[in-house]
Amino acid sequence: MIKDEWVYSEKLKEHFMNPKNVLRDEKVDEYDGKGIVGNLKCGDEMMMVIKVDKKNNTISECKWKTYGCASAIASTSILSEMVKGMTLDKAYHVSPKDVAKELGGLPEHKIHCSVLGDKALRAAINDYYLRNNMPQKIETEKARIICQCMNVTDKEIEHAVLEGVRTYLELQEHTKLGTVCGQCKDEATRLMNEYIQKHFGK
Amino acid sequence: MAKRQVYMDHNATTPLHPEVKKVMIKALEDFGNPSSLHAFGRHTRKLVEEARENVATFLGAKAEEIIFVGSGTEANNTVLSIFACPSKKCNFHGKAAAEIVTTSIEHPCILEAAKCLEDRGFKVLYLSVDRYGKVNIEQLKDMMKDNVGLVSVMMANNEIGTIQDVKTIADIVHKKGVLFHTDAVQAVGKIPINVRDLDVDFLTLSAHKIYGPKGIGALYIKKGIPFCPLIRGGHQEQGRRAGTENTLGIIGLGEAVQMREKEMKEEEKRLLKFKAVLRKGIEDNIKDISFNGHPTDCLASTLNVSFEGAEGEAILLYLDLEGIAVSTGSACASGSLDPSHVLLATGISAERAHGSIRFSMGRENTMQDVEYVIDKLPEVIRRIRGMSTAYTKKVRKQ
Repeated sequence: MIKDEWVYSEKLKEHFMNPKNVLRDEKVDEYDGKGIVGNLKCGDEMMMVIKVDKKNNTISECKWKTYGCASAIASTSILSEMVKGMTLDKAYHVSPKDVAKELGGLPEHKIHCSVLGDKALRAAINDYYLRNNMPQKIETEKARIICQCMNVTDKEIEHAVLEGVRTYLELQEHTKLGTVCGQCKDEATRLMNEYIQKHFGK
Repeated sequence: MAKRQVYMDHNATTPLHPEVKKVMIKALEDFGNPSSLHAFGRHTRKLVEEARENVATFLGAKAEEIIFVGSGTEANNTVLSIFACPSKKCNFHGKAAAEIVTTSIEHPCILEAAKCLEDRGFKVLYLSVDRYGKVNIEQLKDMMKDNVGLVSVMMANNEIGTIQDVKTIADIVHKKGVLFHTDAVQAVGKIPINVRDLDVDFLTLSAHKIYGPKGIGALYIKKGIPFCPLIRGGHQEQGRRAGTENTLGIIGLGEAVQMREKEMKEEEKRLLKFKAVLRKGIEDNIKDISFNGHPTDCLASTLNVSFEGAEGEAILLYLDLEGIAVSTGSACASGSLDPSHVLLATGISAERAHGSIRFSMGRENTMQDVEYVIDKLPEVIRRIRGMSTAYTKKVRKQ
């Protein structure tokens, strides 16, 4: 018999088999904030809803739904557990790396499957701020153009890194950045390395 | 693991046939180098040449038209590399074969070798396919201009099982005096193949798809067709593939084709029945599904189905937890970000491709296996859809 060692960590398996806080038949309107990110064409989509304990400014409930793979399901499940009772400020800054760590590690090419959860959570928190007249609390994720010729932003570089880009050549191929005047090469390389460190650094 | 295990991923690889295993265990003792002149060498040489004879007979070819290589991938790379040979001594050096025609649904080893040729200045034209994965014959006729040097079209597709009309294609190609290669890795041992009847110049096969060992494949090269080796440095395989022969693999492959000869006809009938039952079981028990591939011109073993609102890797891994082994066209399972290029080429949406599952059955599967899958699959799909944003949307729309 084949020894049953699973493709991902045991903890991931556990959350995949028994995902926590899945939004079943509840009415989405009963929640205080809702965020939807991703798209089906890329093979993943995520919806997160939260209830907020307004006295303590903490998340009292966090539920989700996803069209996604095992990593997406498990990482969102664990994220929804992690943020319960957390202040909105703290929850806003939970990173994919935190989630991956909690899951006992994720293969590199799977990290991008797990980023939708925290993205959707931030969108849900922003939605809550909007509904409660606190737009000043929203941290808009401002994108800055790095490659002027091809109009490529720092966010796109970060996205490319999450999708597996590791060298400047790969970055060029992926984003078309630096393929006209080439002036942005140094800054783009620096940013790429920062993002590699941020998401994959030990 | 006590639970039932059902292997339905035979297009990925197959278990060793018990007879092949037996022959290979015995051959473990035969260590002689087939190139040696002494008794040890002569003994192994005999076994290698018997295997070559078996493969040749199985394909309707002559033994001297078969060379053994390391894999189907190597065979395919060899054929495409012929045209890029930089050696001035090579038959192909400086030939005006500037264009190569292939299809959009080939295995990556053809597509990436073709891409490499493009980088070296060759023009590669890609035939499109219809919704069932059949090559566009009219387009092929249009593409057959004077500077085409090679046409490579796979016989049966690994993902959707669609079988091409290779004979028709070979006729069109040969009318123009152009060489024709077919990657028959998924077709050999499943449908009858005779290289003379089909009139192909090159044909690729692989042992591990037909219950033989991994690491061994063969390339048929029609007698008289100019050739240029990919791997140099020895006289083995008539100077066409250097390197000491993988004798164990070759012996295994020789036995595997003999077993195919015996079993394939009856097996095809059995698998067609299984597929019909599986198909109906899925249709009757799961809503919002669609089948991919050709309804009739399709490998008996292969059933490819898309489940709306459910992502393929999740389906695969939930089935794995039930002991069922399948594969998916979803990007998530491949390490890349794009779903199956084959499914996209048939014109289905990326979403449907992400939600696709391939069942590929084989000789050891039973009706109980099929029933087990039909028993477990609906619950898996229901679970995934229950937490899917995509499926909720669909329900709301109705």
